[in-house]
Order: sequence, then structure tokens, then C-alpha cells
Amino acid sequence: MEEKLIDKLLLIGKSVPSLLIGTLISIELALAFLGFGFVVGIPLAVGEVYGNKFVKYLTVLPIVEFFRSIPALVLLFLFYFGASSLNLNFSPFIAALLAMGFRSAAYQSQIFRGAIQSIDVGQMLAARSIGMSKFKAIRYIILPQALRISIPSWSNEYASVLKDTSLVYALGITELMRQGRYIVARTFGNAILVYVVCALIYFLVVHFGVKLLDFLEERYKIPGYEIKKVTTRA
Amino acid sequence: MAQTILKVEDIHKSYGKTEVIKGVSFKVKKGETKVIIGPSGTGKSTLLRCINQLDYLDKGRVWLEDVEISKSPIDINQIRASIGFVFQSFNLFTHLTALDNVRIGPMRVKGMKEKEATKIALEELKRVGLEDKKDHYPAQLSGGQQQRVSIARALSMNPKLILFDEPTSALDPELIGEVLEVMSKLAKEGVTMIVVSHEMGFAHSVANDIIFMDGGIILEEGPPQQIFKNPKHERTAKFLSKITQLEGEKAK
Amino acid sequence: MNFLEFAWNILPTLLKGSLVSIELTILAISIGLLLGIPLSLGRVYGNRFIYACTTIYVEAFRGTPVLTQLFILYFGLPSIGIMFPPFTAAVIGLGLNSAAYQAEYFRGAIQAIKGGQMLAARSIGMNTIKSIRYIVLPQMFRLVIPSWSNELILLLKASSIAYMIQVSELVSVGRQIASQNFRTFEVFLVIAFIYFVIVEILNRILHSVERKIKIPGL
Repeated sequence: MEEKLIDKLLLIGKSVPSLLIGTLISIELALAFLGFGFVVGIPLAVGEVYGNKFVKYLTVLPIVEFFRSIPALVLLFLFYFGASSLNLNFSPFIAALLAMGFRSAAYQSQIFRGAIQSIDVGQMLAARSIGMSKFKAIRYIILPQALRISIPSWSNEYASVLKDTSLVYALGITELMRQGRYIVARTFGNAILVYVVCALIYFLVVHFGVKLLDFLEERYKIPGYEIKKVTTRA
Repeated sequence: MAQTILKVEDIHKSYGKTEVIKGVSFKVKKGETKVIIGPSGTGKSTLLRCINQLDYLDKGRVWLEDVEISKSPIDINQIRASIGFVFQSFNLFTHLTALDNVRIGPMRVKGMKEKEATKIALEELKRVGLEDKKDHYPAQLSGGQQQRVSIARALSMNPKLILFDEPTSALDPELIGEVLEVMSKLAKEGVTMIVVSHEMGFAHSVANDIIFMDGGIILEEGPPQQIFKNPKHERTAKFLSKITQLEGEKAK
Repeated sequence: MNFLEFAWNILPTLLKGSLVSIELTILAISIGLLLGIPLSLGRVYGNRFIYACTTIYVEAFRGTPVLTQLFILYFGLPSIGIMFPPFTAAVIGLGLNSAAYQAEYFRGAIQAIKGGQMLAARSIGMNTIKSIRYIVLPQMFRLVIPSWSNELILLLKASSIAYMIQVSELVSVGRQIASQNFRTFEVFLVIAFIYFVIVEILNRILHSVERKIKIPGL
């Protein structure tokens, strides 16, 4: 009996490095998807709020609807197989980045749109009244406020994206779940232990990430100004 | 003869089917303080917003000094940088300190360097009596203080004239005084101002010229003594008596 | 064969796959409903122990990926002797997961009603159970419809993850077709289209249901 316990512990010990690598890859992926989503999401939101009807109904909304109605897994396969059918050489990582990045952009654009629309109309009026162009007003007055307001909802998005990185397993990328799979294959059993540990790792990374975002929210709070929490998708 | 800073000719403006401004014309000279009074909803605020085009004119022309600013193509941002606007609801930028609120115009619109813009901002804050609040955020200031900062923000752009849209109407009574004090001071210093207001005491003692608007047109125009003592129109007299009745009761 | 012809050819097979996805979704959301309501009541009205247990459940399922949960059920449990067929594992996994999210939606709705309504119910002599049954729950159901509709759609999309544990739903059927003719990209274009259409239709239906059930003024 003792032998088995020691074996098990050694097993866990040997697996830790692979799990750590997998975790790091998952975090990297999440940050990449979120970053891409942020950079694309802001113009989408600004276009939806301030753009003309063409921009809003023929460009922004179709993109947002497309990436929100279709399951993440299907998006991953679309981009991955789409690339080879168009004779482009995409690594699985690039396919995943585009699929999950645009998806996050669609969701983030709605967060930012809500935040922008919740800002009092007088802010834009005041900015224009001192001679700022629409662009300057958006850049110096609207966005700084909108981004602060978005932090709680953005927390949800972080959690979602991190959990969704598990899906890139389907493209063969060696993130945490795949590392788990390899460990199960290498060690012939204890699948439940390995996968529960993976679940635990996801839980911790999500939890501490959200705590970090809460800290940032406090730090960058506008003094005296209460920001209401708005929760969006699960 | 003092220079004409603003000329407004035959302004018309409708919201949907309702015509709110039905043909308004007047001139404002340099250093003049013009106060527009009249019943609520008669287009006074709309008129101000039409001057710097925060609202669009349906018909009519506006000249700033010798430049016709109602004719396109013009750089509306440059025009707005030369016309100051003080809002009824202050509209200070909530994410910026008082100092940042006042210097963002010179820095980001006029392209000044931070050092120079800060110097100007501090001067204007001093002018409205709030230099010690420079690092406070709007949410940490009282209504009267916020409005004074917004006046400093308008001043820091060195505008040719300043438009005041009911600057004290959203303030608690005990805070109105500090704002009117600043405005009187500016009038004495020769700042060209158009003020839409219900504050008759201010109109009486500080205005060079008063315009009475009712039903979308100018019913009467003249110096305070004439308007208050010898109004030409019955409606002017009626309006004034109602207001002074209220003021008298307030004073009691 | 051009794309449209091809799409038309594979559509019947794909639609059969989508029926499995829909079946999976309906079963899972029902489990989520049946389990989610007691969970939410536990979170709002329960004593410290019940609160702790339900919170652990909710946090565990919401804080970890669906894929991991399905792997534990399908690949993990066999190592301690419990073996589920793919579809069953998927239904259980998605159902338990949905219960956690639904519990939070119901909890939010109850807390939006709580205060004065409960007091009023008590004041006319109702005990806690009656108050919950006749006053809180009816209002809660109406308040929760927007989030619940959202959950239904999220679950439909999540059903695609069941592909990873060998359930023959839409994505799985698609890959089977693709393995025979290698036109994978086009197959997935059709799959994407099917999901898009189903989601749009669901959205419309749910919105009109929402409007009809709405309590005026609430």
C-alpha cells in the first residue's frame, strides 16, 4: 500500500513541470486572444456608437453577430481549415489567434459600447465646445472614462477567454488540457486525478486574475465617482 | 466705436414640426455683457447652442468678428475654440482634476506644451478663486465650485466671447452667489459675454444690454434701466413683475 | 461540384447531427433548471452550511472550462469504475454546468425582488415557504427570462464541445463527412451557417416570449 502512495506522489512530482508549461501556454494564449480582442474591439465599439449607418449596420454589427452566434469550436475549425483551403500557411496558433481573437473582439466591443453609451452626453458636448474634433473628444474624454467603467465586465471576459483556451486542444496546440492528456497516456491511468488537477489550475488562474483586475479597478478609480457594476455574459 | 464681435441674423430653428426660434437677430460688441431673459422653453438655450453650432441652424447667418461662421465649409473646431461655452450642468470632464480640465483645451486643441498650458490654467483657476482646488476631481467639488472651474476652462482658451447657458439654474441657492460674483468680475474686466439667465439681480446690475425673448422672437432689447423701469411691451412688464415678485419673496 | 451544390448535398446529414445537438441542449437545460432553482434558493435562504456547499458547487462549475468537466466525466470516471456512454456524459456534464449558471441568474432575480415583497407576504400571515412559492418565485421567473434565454443559446453553442468526447452531434457529423471528401472548410461553413440560423431563430422566439410575459412597468 505504501508503495502505491509513493508511486503516486512521484508521478505527480514528475508531471508538475509539464503541467506548469501547459498552464503558461494557456495563460499566454488567453492574453493574446484578449489583447487582439481589445485592439479590434475598441474601433468596433467606436464605430457602432459614432459611425454612420453604413459602418454600423453593414460592418460592425454583422461581424459582431457572426462571431457571437457561432460556437468557438466551429470558429476554430473554420479558421484552421479555411487557411489551408485558401492556400495560406497558418500555424494552429495563428488560426486560433484569429478565431478566438475576433470572437473576443465581438464580445469586448459590446462591453465598450455599453460603457460609452452610459457616459453622460454632456461630456461630448463639453469636449466639442472647447474645439475638440470628434476624434480628439473620443480619445481624450470618452474612452478614458469608458475603459474604467468597463473593468468589471472585462473581468468576466477574462474568465471566459481563459476557460475557452481549453478548446484549442482541438487544433493540437499543447496547452494545459493537452499536457494533461499526454500525462494520462504516459502514466496509464489516474485520468480523474490529472483532469481534476487541471480543473483546479484553471480555477486558480481565473480566480487570481479576477482579483488582479479588482485591484486595478480600485487603483484607477475616479475619486468620488461611483461606477456601477454591470454583468454581461456568463 | 467698439468692434462688433458677434452678429446674428434671422435665425430660425425647428424641432420636428415645432418652430422654436422664429427669426432672431442681434449684435454683440466687444466688452459687452448681453443678458437674455424670458420665459422657459422659448428657445433661449437653443439660440446659444446654435451660435457655436452644438445645434444646427435651420436658417440664418452668424458672423464672428468679420468671418461668417454659419457658411460651410469652415473648420467648426477652430471656431468653437474661439467661443467659450458654459453649460447649465457644468459638464466638467469627470476623469480629470480641475487643473487638467482647464488645461486640456490649450494642450490638446491648441497644441501648447504642458508647461505653458499649466501656467495659463493656474492663472484662470486663480481668476475664479479656485487655485487651491486644482488637484480635486469634479465629484469632490460642490456645484458652485464645478461651475467656476468650467468658467476657467472656457477662459483658458482665450475666447473672443463666452456664452453662458443658464449657468446658475442647476445650483443650490446658497451656491449661486459665488458663480455670479465671478461672472460680474469678468464683465468688469471687459470679457465679452452673452448670458441666458433667470437671475434678475445680475441682469439689472451687470448687463450692458438686455434681450427679452418670448415665443421664439426678440420682443424687446435695451439697457437695463429701460427694460426694468419702462418696458415697451405688456408681456415684458408681465414677465418682469412675476419674476420680481418671486425675487421679493425670496429676499424675505 | 461547386459550393452550393455541395452544401445542399450534405445538409440533410448535417441537420440530423444538429438534432442531436438540440436534444443535448434541451436535456441539459432541463437538468440545469431542476437543479438550479434549489441551488439558488440554498444560496439565498440557506443556513451557513447549505450556503457553503452550494457556493462551492457554483464556483467550481463556473470557474473551470466545460471541456475539463466533460473530460473528467467521460475519461476520468472510468479510472474509478464509473463509465458513461458519450451522450450521457455530455448531458450530465452540460446539465451540471448549466445548473451552476442558472443558480446565479435565479439568485440575482430573487435578490432583486427580496426586500419589501417578503415583508408584505409575511405581514399577511404567510410563512417562508408560502411566501417563496406564491410571491417570490412567480416574479422571479419573469425577471429571469432574459438571462435564461441567453443561457439557452450559450448551451446550444456549448453542445459543440461534446464533439470532444465522441458525441455524434453537429460538429462530429461534419468531421465525418469531411473525412470522406476532404472539403473540410466548406463543411464547416455550412455548419456555421446552421448554428447562425438556429441562434437567430431562437433569439427571435425568445424575445417575443419575453415581451408577451412581461409584467407591465417592471
